[in-house]
Amino acid sequence: MQYLCLVRIDDDLIGKLTPEDDRQQQLESMAHDEDLKRSGHLIAAQPVQGPESATTIRVRNGKVSMTDGPYVETKEHLGGFMVIDAKDLNEALALAGKAPVARFGSIEVRPTWDLKD
Amino acid sequence: MTDTVDIDAIYRAESRRVLATLIRLLGGFEAAEEALHDAFAAAAERWPREGLPANPRAWLVSAGRFRAIDRIRRRARFDALAPEVAHEVERMAEEASEPMDAQTIRDDQLRLIFTCCHPALAPDAQVAMTLREVCGLTTEKIAAAFLVPPPTLAQRIVRAKTKIREARIPYSVPAQDELPGRLDTVLHAIYLVFNAGYSEPADDADLAAEAIRLGRLLADLLPDAEVLGLLALMLLNNSRRAARTDVAGDMVLIADQDRSL
Repeated sequence: MQYLCLVRIDDDLIGKLTPEDDRQQQLESMAHDEDLKRSGHLIAAQPVQGPESATTIRVRNGKVSMTDGPYVETKEHLGGFMVIDAKDLNEALALAGKAPVARFGSIEVRPTWDLKD
Repeated sequence: MTDTVDIDAIYRAESRRVLATLIRLLGGFEAAEEALHDAFAAAAERWPREGLPANPRAWLVSAGRFRAIDRIRRRARFDALAPEVAHEVERMAEEASEPMDAQTIRDDQLRLIFTCCHPALAPDAQVAMTLREVCGLTTEKIAAAFLVPPPTLAQRIVRAKTKIREARIPYSVPAQDELPGRLDTVLHAIYLVFNAGYSEPADDADLAAEAIRLGRLLADLLPDAEVLGLLALMLLNNSRRAARTDVAGDMVLIADQDRSL
């Protein structure tokens, strides 16, 4: 049985870390991912860029609307996730907007961190 | 004997169009702004001696582009730049310089407007970006008009450019099927600019006039019914501006307004 584990970060706690401690926790996270991979439990894992990089897309009555940021109505609940490959934000938004669920909720589209950097 | 070359006038007339093209050629705002600065520095040095080139705009784009390539090459010697970047630079250098025709310039201006007004940017960021990059207003003037401290406004623009870069907002004119929605966002931003200026008395940083200028530019580049409608609305409202308030700054009822103003 598969699970979504959605990581939420506490800005206050993370903000208190020194740059060295922050780098340390990132290295430890990557090591944990490796452990999960080795034990065969990992299906997908990736860090995403912060809320300031997010765009939210909705489709209502055939009309597409986009807003900046993670904009969630309190009556929405997490329904799933996709990790897609696209050449730029417009393509990502177009692909996300085609998901049928965009008509019944919102899809927040955020660029991931390229771990090669 | 060369005629005196008015670099300031040329900057006012051409810098925004040159920037729009440089952003496309160099792939980003930062590189384009540096290139623009370098291009005008070169012009200020050479034009008084050599005279005005036949096509100043093309000269500036060319100068900016080559200096940008030089910059990257020089940096590559100091940093261990990834091979792909060095490759990209050489590709940029080799690309046959395309004709800088009127259509290319108009397309680049549209690219700039649609990028500054991308819905992935917050509305106040769209407005700040448009006034700064398309209209060329200084951050001080924009900040004063919106009653925010200049550093706050500057940060707003920095964050917008960061998002454009990090989320990879493409520098492009939207496809036909996306155009109505995207145009809506642009018109909304222009109207926000107009509103910000309309309630203030016309002064140095007259945003209402700037909005009308933007409306005219957009109508010229994209003669769409909605664009013309907004322009007409702004012109109509602006025409009555002088008559709206009396000497004390109080509102004058429409029936009492002086129609000769």
